[in-house]
Amino acid sequence: MAYSEKVLDHYENPRNVGAFSKEDEGVGTGMVGAPACGDVMKLQIKVGKDGVIEDAKFKTYGCGSAIASSSLVTEWVKGKTVEQALEIKNTQIAEELALPPVKIHCSILAEDAIKAAVADYKKKHEG
Amino acid sequence: MLKFPIYLDYSATTPVDPRVAQAMIPWLTEHFGNPASRSHAYGWEAEKAVEDAREQVAALVNADPKEIVWTSGATESNNLAIKGAAQFYKGKGKHIITVKTEHKAVLDTFRELERQGFEATYLDVQENGLIDLAAFRDALRPDTVLVSVMFVNNEIGVIQPIAEIGEICREKGIVFHVDAAQATGKVEIDLQKLKVDLMSFSAHKTYGPKGIGALYVRRKPRARLEAQMHGGGHERGLRSGTLATHQIIGMGEAFRIAREEMKVENERVRALRDRLLKGLQDIEATYVNGDLEHRVPHNLNISFAYVEGESMIMAVKDIAVSSGSACTSASLEPSYVLRALGRNDELAHSSIRFSIGRFTTEEEIDYTIDLMHKKIGKLRELSPLWEMVQEGVDLNTVQWAAH
Ligand SMILES: Cc1ncc(COP(=O)(O)O)c(C=O)c1O
Ligand code: FES
Repeated sequence: MAYSEKVLDHYENPRNVGAFSKEDEGVGTGMVGAPACGDVMKLQIKVGKDGVIEDAKFKTYGCGSAIASSSLVTEWVKGKTVEQALEIKNTQIAEELALPPVKIHCSILAEDAIKAAVADYKKKHEG
Repeated sequence: MLKFPIYLDYSATTPVDPRVAQAMIPWLTEHFGNPASRSHAYGWEAEKAVEDAREQVAALVNADPKEIVWTSGATESNNLAIKGAAQFYKGKGKHIITVKTEHKAVLDTFRELERQGFEATYLDVQENGLIDLAAFRDALRPDTVLVSVMFVNNEIGVIQPIAEIGEICREKGIVFHVDAAQATGKVEIDLQKLKVDLMSFSAHKTYGPKGIGALYVRRKPRARLEAQMHGGGHERGLRSGTLATHQIIGMGEAFRIAREEMKVENERVRALRDRLLKGLQDIEATYVNGDLEHRVPHNLNISFAYVEGESMIMAVKDIAVSSGSACTSASLEPSYVLRALGRNDELAHSSIRFSIGRFTTEEEIDYTIDLMHKKIGKLRELSPLWEMVQEGVDLNTVQWAAH
């Protein structure tokens, strides 16, 4: 399988690997996928008082494209409000990384991870 | 000086030994005669060389040269043996037996025979990859005509109990075929002792050229076959086609070297394999696939838990290895051999087969150990599964958001 330059770059030098404490007020955690499907993505966002995402971290069990997709979205969500983050579409991720058709689901997973992280954050703040 | 990628895939194929290549060359250019030409010296010298090579192949497995039939490789030998014997003996019965972990060249041939009206049993293996002799006995039927079991498995390197199976088959009068493509030069093969009727060989797994192999066909008691390739009646009518003199010379020379050097070579290779095993077992949560005792000295197959197969293969591109991962092979299924051992899909995907050989050095093994430590460490740092396991979470209890 030939990978694009950008996938290789994110794979070799993944951005924002790590974890925040799940208990933290401003942190939203999203975990999507399943080991049996070959991919599990954990994305965390840290949201400031003003509703802007200050920081993001990820860990991914999956192929190179899945790792690159999640690495990329940690960069993209930073500086966005949670509502703006929800506007990130998998097609944009796939385009930026030049993913081949068989790897589109890796980008869908990354979009789902953003949604799950935002939902977790909102749940903490509504309840 | 290390040369990258480091070749650790000797079970896929081996380089031709330089001595073998040297022996082959004159038979392409100067001595190009057709071994079937009876009317001049070009033919006579080629025929003599072919017969000398036949003796070398027979000598490695303690057989009579008259029992060796040249083919294009183990795939063809398997086809000729299995289809040829099943079709010859079909009047006696239509039941045939093999094992789930066989090479595709056996499994697909069995499927074809099923389409032709035979009934096939595919035996399970135990967790260690070996067949259970009691289960084998239970699978035998009065109408069983053929059993095919590989000597050495190509993925996990385990050695099946060929001697014992042979005794059972001979006692019941069932033809016994063995695919020995991965066994030559690795394990002692004595066809005077083993009660095997048909045995497949390939040159390119034993430092010979690709595209040449042989089938052993026992004379006493005589194993009968229906030919699959018709034509000029070469090889006593069992396999027509002009003999590939240079390839045959190469296989003969390769098997001669194997016979003379295998004792010493296997000890050296085993020491390298054990060094690799020890180095890799220092990595947490690794699982060796297949029995370690009943195993050829050059194979190591290991699964690394909590890392995903495809990203692992991406990470280790400095070494040339095979993997049980779907993404590196044409099919989407993970290795059917590892699944037959009862490994789950994740562990089957994240497996690597290291196979060591004649030209592997200690430096290459040490580099590989170091590389695996670094890369598995890096991927686990990236793995949410590893993080959960470190926190004491039992992954089997997690509700996954499957997609
Ligand atoms: C066990 C086994 N049988 C058969 C074959 C096929 O051999 P050949 O490439 O000579 O057709 C191989 C090699 O891939 C093998 O490992
Ligand atoms: S995450 Fe499944 S192939 Fe990329």
